[in-house]
Amino acid sequence: MAVDQGKLLEFLLRMGDNTLVLGHRVSEWCGHAPVLEEDIALANTALDLIGQTQFWLGYAAEVQGEGRTADDLAFLRDAWDFRNVLLVELPNGDFGQTLMRQFLFDAWSSIILDRLTASSDPRVAEIAGKAAKEAAYHVERSSDTVIGLGDGTEESHKRMQAALDYLYPYVGELFESDAVDAAMTEEGIAPDPASLRADYNALVGKVLAEATLRLPEGAYSHNGGRTGRMHTEHLGHMLTQMQWLQRAYPGAAW
Amino acid sequence: MTAVTTKPGLDQIWQWLDAVPDPEIPVISLVDLGIIRDVVWQEDTLVVTVTPTYSGCPATSIINLDIDTALRGHGIAKLSLKTQLAPAWTTDWISDKGRAALENYGIAPPQPAGGPDRCPHCQGRNLEKLSQFGSTPCKAQWRCRDCLEPFDYFKCI
Repeated sequence: MAVDQGKLLEFLLRMGDNTLVLGHRVSEWCGHAPVLEEDIALANTALDLIGQTQFWLGYAAEVQGEGRTADDLAFLRDAWDFRNVLLVELPNGDFGQTLMRQFLFDAWSSIILDRLTASSDPRVAEIAGKAAKEAAYHVERSSDTVIGLGDGTEESHKRMQAALDYLYPYVGELFESDAVDAAMTEEGIAPDPASLRADYNALVGKVLAEATLRLPEGAYSHNGGRTGRMHTEHLGHMLTQMQWLQRAYPGAAW
Repeated sequence: MTAVTTKPGLDQIWQWLDAVPDPEIPVISLVDLGIIRDVVWQEDTLVVTVTPTYSGCPATSIINLDIDTALRGHGIAKLSLKTQLAPAWTTDWISDKGRAALENYGIAPPQPAGGPDRCPHCQGRNLEKLSQFGSTPCKAQWRCRDCLEPFDYFKCI
């Protein structure tokens, strides 16, 4: 049986919108980071994420088959059409909160990309193969920074714990599944999101222990981003900046 | 039907490509960098397959433009550039000539150990990492504790 193209499209949008929205968020630091090296590191990370987005959304546009491009999907959709998890659209906060969000995402990204390299869909496998190398590098750096700041000064520790307390309730959405995921799993295109949780918990637990940070109590999980049911109010504001040029000058190109 | 135009040989084309510098690190060629994966004639069209270094590397479109300009300058009229993601580019594909040129230019070549082998300026081995990222996606920043000079290290991936 052929793969349900609508569900494959949905899966690709979820992958591409995660990297697009986080890439844009991280790029907001360009010129504002605490020191030059961190500024460069954040800009480079954003660049990798935007590059990965081009592959995911480029393939999504092909699957959609309406003659659109990755750029069309990035710049001509409104908030309700985005399929990223809520975690990545949250505001940057301070430097510590940005790096905590990056770590919580990188840990998931490095695990899922590794699994996707064995995807039954050769395009998904080759994009994942490329992106996995970058994700491995990102998680190495964001882990180091979370440890450095968590197990740092009293002030940096306090801020990192506050960042974790704020962000952790958004992590659960990464592991939720619905009919799209069931179809992807059945076709061998992508792993069941829930099956990544044990590896994720092990990786995050190890880093947080070293960072002297503790996971917040409570199992409540915010969701609605990856299904498109409901985004936070932050996404719309972000899009007004990210999509400003196309909104002000529709069809502008160079 | 037989083709009447003379097609330059593939060796010749590889030589021409080896004269096209990387736009961001002009001391090494695109061939040295290992991103030209294949060159083949399909009837009278030359197909050049290129793989990106990093997903978001902004030099990718310039690289394609430079290849196009160089080959057209040598009289190749029908040219097709193909992007290939798999197998993903690895720094193992940088040629020995390229590695030597990098070091000579002041960029420590990639090492499997994950850090530079020696300072490209004074060959000192007492090194420290300043940042995992550098001026381009493919580089990190290090410093030599002997001569105190900072230098770029070509990340090993």
